[in-house]
Amino acid sequence: MKMHEKVREPLFHIIKRDGLVWWKSWLIRIAAVAAALLFSGVISYAITGENPMDIYLTMIDGAVGSTHRVWNLLQAMAMLLCVSLAVTPAFKMRFWNIGAEGQALIGGFAAAACMLKLTGVIPDALMIPTMLLLSIVAGAIWGVIPAFFKANWGTNETLFTLMMNYIAMQIVSYFVSIWAVPRGSGQIGMINGSSNIGWLPRLFGQKYLVSILVVLLLTVLVYIYLKYSKHGYEISVVGESENTARYIGINVKKVIIRTMLISGALCGVAGFLLVAGSDHSITSDTIGGRGFTAIMVSWLAKFNPLTMILTSFILVFMEKGAGEVATDLGLNHAFSDIITGIIIFFIIGSEFFIHYQIKFREKEKASIDQDDKTEKEVKA
Amino acid sequence: MQAILASLISFLPRAIMQGTPLLYGATGEIITEKSGHLNLGIPGIMYVGGISGAAGAFLYEHSVDVMNPALAILIPLSCALVGSLLMGLIYSFLTVTLRANQNVTGLALTTFGIGIGNFFGGTLAKLSGTGETSLSLPQTKILFKTSLPFAADLGWFGSVFLSHGFLVYLAVVIALIAAFVLGRTRVGLQLRAVGENPATADAAGVNVNRYKYVATCIGSMIAGLGGLYYVVDYMGVWANDGFGDRGWLAIALVIFAVWRPHVGILGSYLFGGLYILYTVINIGVAEQELFKMLPYVVTIIVLVVTSIREKRESQPPASLGLAYFREER
Repeated sequence: MKMHEKVREPLFHIIKRDGLVWWKSWLIRIAAVAAALLFSGVISYAITGENPMDIYLTMIDGAVGSTHRVWNLLQAMAMLLCVSLAVTPAFKMRFWNIGAEGQALIGGFAAAACMLKLTGVIPDALMIPTMLLLSIVAGAIWGVIPAFFKANWGTNETLFTLMMNYIAMQIVSYFVSIWAVPRGSGQIGMINGSSNIGWLPRLFGQKYLVSILVVLLLTVLVYIYLKYSKHGYEISVVGESENTARYIGINVKKVIIRTMLISGALCGVAGFLLVAGSDHSITSDTIGGRGFTAIMVSWLAKFNPLTMILTSFILVFMEKGAGEVATDLGLNHAFSDIITGIIIFFIIGSEFFIHYQIKFREKEKASIDQDDKTEKEVKA
Repeated sequence: MQAILASLISFLPRAIMQGTPLLYGATGEIITEKSGHLNLGIPGIMYVGGISGAAGAFLYEHSVDVMNPALAILIPLSCALVGSLLMGLIYSFLTVTLRANQNVTGLALTTFGIGIGNFFGGTLAKLSGTGETSLSLPQTKILFKTSLPFAADLGWFGSVFLSHGFLVYLAVVIALIAAFVLGRTRVGLQLRAVGENPATADAAGVNVNRYKYVATCIGSMIAGLGGLYYVVDYMGVWANDGFGDRGWLAIALVIFAVWRPHVGILGSYLFGGLYILYTVINIGVAEQELFKMLPYVVTIIVLVVTSIREKRESQPPASLGLAYFREER
């Protein structure tokens, strides 16, 4: 009895949930996005003094206000989604590949180099397949280098892949400088602007449709690969526990290297689509931070390729919308980065409430204990 | 020979100036990583430190006719500290209390911080109604750059080592203090225990979450000073994206210094030197780009070599990147 008396229960404690019904967890996420939107509205109001309702309308208009904008939105979504798909197999394996920026860039660079150096050398019909192949190889090489060291010596992959990004950027800057048109201008400009060799063809008159369809196909493929293939199973076992994987006879080294080959190759495809499908040029900024944003897209979607369509939509929508607000009000374009940051903070924060539960101290019990205690004191 | 010496004497102070923001960033990140948190938000935090310091200095410069030197230093300094502390609090609240994924939170923080920096850097001067178009801080820069009065009389020694503003020396002092605290004190020992094995530290009675919070916030504030130094001392004016990839370079430096702040001092000047090496070597514009790659290549080599040698003292903290939840042990 005396022992029981001394136990002081904290105001609240946190316990892990066994698992939440899917609609409840989605309700929490939707609430988080709504809260983030509300908060961004308040922030925008504080900075600009505009009516928050107008700001939201401007956002919607900026993102999907015209056919042209819808296509731009879809294109941006597809590109972000493609890089996100690429990093997902690695993440499922708990291999923190934050080098997607570099892997995609080197892939895009391979495609651009092809267009620059092989136009007229190889038959025009072979151009696009060659570009695609070289992009995939380049991206895969860039991805497999850190994986090789991780698999053999446990070299920290987060830091390694991060450094590889900047090496890729400097290599691209170097070649952009050498191949600049006109010489010394420091940029390559549009490649094959008149002949359109190495440009993805228009489909139904739409420039971006081919890339969008390719990414959709990849989404389904990656989903099947992760969920229903033997490789996908091995990836998730290695991700859960390397020791378990070893115990059941999975060759962990092989899985790490193979998965990063795939991850890097898919990044290469993203680079290819950017160069062949929309930019037709290359700079060290062609990927434009998508390699980093993709990490958030993939993680927010819990590594589910189909959910990633939604998360990439949210992020691209906010980026385009906030960009329009900035243009409309004569603000700096970095405004959209702030809004993106806020949204992600809210969604990341909401995950806590999906996985954990806060239990408050039960009041009655506490008061009974209190009464008990005072009684005892009185007796004494 | 004389010419080489002369160019070395002009090169070294510039390497030190380039290295100082990296040193602040790396020291801050080392302290954070020792608590088991890989804060990839450091680049964003450094932007925020820079912009809040610059904003404070700008508003002060324009609010009075004659500036009080002490206030002109203290205002930007405290603004930078508060700004980066807030960023540190966002990060630690999300990763420690809410146990969010550190990489994702860090990257979001970087996006957010760079956004804040560029947004206010680009618009504050216009919004302030002072008629300025950019955040330029001529008077503040003079104050921050003030060096010892007799530095100029000491020849090469003076120009290499004594010609800098106080923030350069503060960076060294902070790094030395950090090295001492981490390596020689009880607090440092407990912090390292938290980063290596939080469950054991918890069992030994260490308040794990408090250590994580404090280490992350102090680390952020130190990193923020790096941004401040870059804006008010090195540049004297805010330029959007001017800080560039120095934040990532600071994270690279952490590896190069194998998580030891005092090694980071020399490392930062070496990185600073490598960063601007292309300006003194007579090469074409294109080759310069390849030279800018050097710090990253060197970092990868260090990373690979330390992981192959498996020396226990030069490994990352064992629980780096993992959230700690007591009930999950």
